[in-house]
Amino acid sequence: MVTTVTSFGRSGLSDWLVQRVSAVVMTAYLIFIVGYLLLNSDVSYQQWAGLHSGLPMRMFSLLTMLSVAAHAWIGMWSVLTDYITVRTIGPKAKAIRIFFQLGMIAMILVYLLWAVDILWGI
Amino acid sequence: MLNVSIYRYNPEVDDEPYMEDFQFDTEGKDIMVLDVLEKLKIKDPTLVFRRSCREGVCGSDGVNISGKNGLACITPLSEAVKGNKLVIRPLPGLPVIRDLVIDMSQFYAQYEKIQPYMINNSPAPTIERLQSPEERSKLDGLYECILCACCSTACPSFWWNPDKFIGPAGLLQAYRFLADSRDTATEERLARLDDPFSVFRCHGIMNCVQVCPKGLNPTKAIGHIRNMLIRSAT
Ligand code: SF4
Ligand code: SF4
Ligand code: FES
Repeated sequence: MVTTVTSFGRSGLSDWLVQRVSAVVMTAYLIFIVGYLLLNSDVSYQQWAGLHSGLPMRMFSLLTMLSVAAHAWIGMWSVLTDYITVRTIGPKAKAIRIFFQLGMIAMILVYLLWAVDILWGI
Repeated sequence: MLNVSIYRYNPEVDDEPYMEDFQFDTEGKDIMVLDVLEKLKIKDPTLVFRRSCREGVCGSDGVNISGKNGLACITPLSEAVKGNKLVIRPLPGLPVIRDLVIDMSQFYAQYEKIQPYMINNSPAPTIERLQSPEERSKLDGLYECILCACCSTACPSFWWNPDKFIGPAGLLQAYRFLADSRDTATEERLARLDDPFSVFRCHGIMNCVQVCPKGLNPTKAIGHIRNMLIRSAT
């Protein structure tokens, strides 16, 4: 049992599940948006804004943003703990990794709040 | 003449490792890589490597042969030589002690973590704990592992985190005991594996499957462990 505090959920299984579920949500969103644009290639601003002002669509968009956030957190955390470690780059690795992890988490949270602002600002 | 290039490093005299080239006469025969090493050692007794059974049973002569991990004793030159050249290096990712001999402590430490022994605290029956042929067959493809470390040292996840990720060899054995009908510690074993590193650092790259000299499939065993974790958590 290896314990860590900066991973997304504390358990490997929950991270793994979140990673799978979020991938499905993002794929569904992508297919929906691309499909919508293909079917309405001459979409006007009114139509586009109308699509995004309904509550179900906002929920879908928000869910996708949450998925992106969780997916990125878990993925980036894995990459950082693979490559920025004491074994690969020496004793400074811990500080560097914490710096990147905190930066990454801050960025993800900013994006999330920004997305909420955009979605509910339409 | 065959060109043989071998990784040499003796920390007592060398500042850093280097590749030494030898010319080797195979006399037209398709011998094993280990035979080449043995003959070269007669010429140069300072060449160091591990070997014991010379027939793929003991697991001591795992080396990197022309870029692929394998047992020198059961790898014929016809499989290993590329463009009249044979390159032999130690298994990657673990510290080199000398020449082709690596320090396997981390590999064994991971093996130890999975408690590679039967746990069953119920009173022992007079003769033995029986298994049905079906129960026994669940261990096929698992018990044959000879702990040669070819798989774990071919696994990028093990290279980056050999102290945290159990690695394909250890996980294959973890599943060997999870799958054993006589073992009663399944839940405890699973609980010890449910962190972000021990099992979940496996990204299904399948290098382990590609190199296992015994034809075993650690990736599949890891998938089974993951499914058991999912089932026990839901
Ligand atoms: S699974 Fe195969 S490659 Fe890995 S240690 Fe066992 S025998 Fe060697
Ligand atoms: S499948 Fe998993 S254990 Fe096997 S080499 Fe890939 S990451 Fe390593
Ligand atoms: S010497 Fe025993 S496996 Fe090769």
